[in-house]
Amino acid sequence: MSKKSFRQAINEALRQEMRRDPRVILMGEDVAGGRGGTSGVKDAWGGVLGVTKGLLTEFGEDRVLDTPISEASYIGAAAGAAATGLRPVAELMFVDFIGSCLDQVLNQAAKFRYMFGGKARTPMVIRAMYGAGFNAAAQHSQSLYPLFTHIPGLKVVIPSSPYEAKGLLIEAIRDDDPVIFLENKVMYDEEEDVPDESYTIPFGEANLTREGEDVTIVAIGRMVGMANEAADRLEKQGITCTVIDPRTTSPFDEDTILECVEETGRLVVVDESSPRCNMACDISALVAERAFGALKAPIVRVVPPHTPVPFSTPLEKLYMPSAEKIEAAVKNVMKQHAREVA
Amino acid sequence: MTNTIVALTMPKFGLAMTEGKLASWLVEPGQSVKQGDELADIETSKITSGYESPTAGVLRKQVAPAGETLPVGALIGVLADPAVSDADIEAFVTRFQAEQSTGEEAEGANSADTEPHQVQAGEYSLNVRDVGTGDDLPLLLIHGFGGDISNWLLTQDALASGRRVIAFDLPGHGASTKAVTDGSLAGLAGAVADLLDALSISKAHVMGHSLGGGIALTLLRDHADKVASLSLVAPAGLEKAVNMAFITGFIEADRNRAMQQELEKLVHDKSLIGRKMVDSVMRARRLDGARDALRTIATACFPNGEQGDDLRPVLDAAKVPVQLFWGEADEVLPVAGAENVPSSVKKHILPGVGHLPQLEKASDVNKETEEFLKERVPA
Repeated sequence: MSKKSFRQAINEALRQEMRRDPRVILMGEDVAGGRGGTSGVKDAWGGVLGVTKGLLTEFGEDRVLDTPISEASYIGAAAGAAATGLRPVAELMFVDFIGSCLDQVLNQAAKFRYMFGGKARTPMVIRAMYGAGFNAAAQHSQSLYPLFTHIPGLKVVIPSSPYEAKGLLIEAIRDDDPVIFLENKVMYDEEEDVPDESYTIPFGEANLTREGEDVTIVAIGRMVGMANEAADRLEKQGITCTVIDPRTTSPFDEDTILECVEETGRLVVVDESSPRCNMACDISALVAERAFGALKAPIVRVVPPHTPVPFSTPLEKLYMPSAEKIEAAVKNVMKQHAREVA
Repeated sequence: MTNTIVALTMPKFGLAMTEGKLASWLVEPGQSVKQGDELADIETSKITSGYESPTAGVLRKQVAPAGETLPVGALIGVLADPAVSDADIEAFVTRFQAEQSTGEEAEGANSADTEPHQVQAGEYSLNVRDVGTGDDLPLLLIHGFGGDISNWLLTQDALASGRRVIAFDLPGHGASTKAVTDGSLAGLAGAVADLLDALSISKAHVMGHSLGGGIALTLLRDHADKVASLSLVAPAGLEKAVNMAFITGFIEADRNRAMQQELEKLVHDKSLIGRKMVDSVMRARRLDGARDALRTIATACFPNGEQGDDLRPVLDAAKVPVQLFWGEADEVLPVAGAENVPSSVKKHILPGVGHLPQLEKASDVNKETEEFLKERVPA
């Protein structure tokens, strides 16, 4: 056990699964990074943010494949490779690029098992970076997990910390269905204790990162850390919160959310994806439908405005949810209750 | 005590504990307490435990509020006689905190000595935590099925004044080698003998909990020369019965909620099993090979849904001092097993305690064990 960054945790998960199972291969733009240039240097970067660094030198060019800038071709190739027995991990770089290859995911990989009467398996993982807060502007900052969650046949994973990332990625690689694995690009340098050994975290089980009595906060990906920060500040002010990290939005652990709302009677949902038809909507509908009687106050959503992610630093900051905004939202649901009682 | 001011600091419950949460104060400022009274509840990643007053006095100040998470050694409160003035208390708090902030580096270096490390014992690499020194024979702690060194977090340091105390993860457990080649009591006792050899310990006091008690008895049978005394805590081997539903559920639980239900069977006061404790057990269980190791051991030790080894003859023939602890409310190994021991064994049957006496009634177990090791065993 030692402190590892989010980046190292993901690299270690890939490395250990590639050592364990020769069927695991990597493909994507720049996963080798620098290979093919004129300098003669191999493995210079390991992807734009260095996540796959060192894998080319250990596993060679047969298993770490730099691809042309053609998402439709290599995501399609990965789906085909999975259907014929390999376990590809394809990197889409920025999740925003899904537009170029959506058919391969939406109509092919997600549907193989169903269309072939259960006779085909598609054990592929698509890794991609998501999220704002990196000054990467509107085409490289989106949080598109609601789009994938909407598609039956896909599993969607959004890790909230280095420990979570390693266990969930190993689970994703060993899973027999197509898995979308989304990494928040702002989190790559965050560190925590991560076991050196391989381990798996099951899909569809939410994780409680805080336990409290007053308000349930459901937060996704990077938002979990912000929710924890808000919950710790609020505890000092006498308001205790349960913080739920769903880990996967498909499959989705509805029971844990419903149970916690039954206990606290108040719900705040934190979601950094665009506010229309996002996870916050989905979770709010779930609770309104199945735990309405338990609610002591209206549900509050902490979400960005419905606009492309701004490039301007001050505007991007304004756009993003934050611990301060979550703290204010929690105080808001607490006040609404007080007013009703009075 | 008259003018003495006693600092109450965040305790270190052994192992990797670096910080703890002051879950609640149980005593108000101005209240008098006796030595051993519980002052506060401390929540760690492993367990919630009472903080016992180190001495008699009046709680003069709660320095840390309930809910605060503090590093080990941080000042949480002050105990003193009513004769001590408030000004002196304040001065003490200021001085203590100032000294602590400058002394932090030294403390870090100290705790590194007690970090667990890997020791090659025969075919296994075992995770070993080795603390204390002294003239007494060393004490070896053997945890139970599915446990790890953290089962001794309230035991190891408490017994380590005047002797070396060694806790380790059994093969297949914690941070030790996961693959278990021989999961029988004899195989595991062999690994323990290898560990003693690797640590150059020719003879030790041995304390074993649950399956670890069965391993301790088997060690006495197979390597009698290595055992100076036996302290058995709800040990295996004295009865046929074992709660197989627990054993199976405990191995196979793959969700935190399922694991919580299993862990609650280990204790009488169910509130001891917090979310963090469940999470820490699940983190160990998720490691590749961890479940397989437990399945191997369960198959070897509990064939046909009951205990396979009858170790009563070993105890009847024992030539070393033996003491026994058992919780009356044990849901895993029934306390009836305590009836099957010879009269020479010093028995402690603890009411209102489940399968983890060393955690549930740590101070009693530690006090009795300290006396047992000092008085009943010739140095």
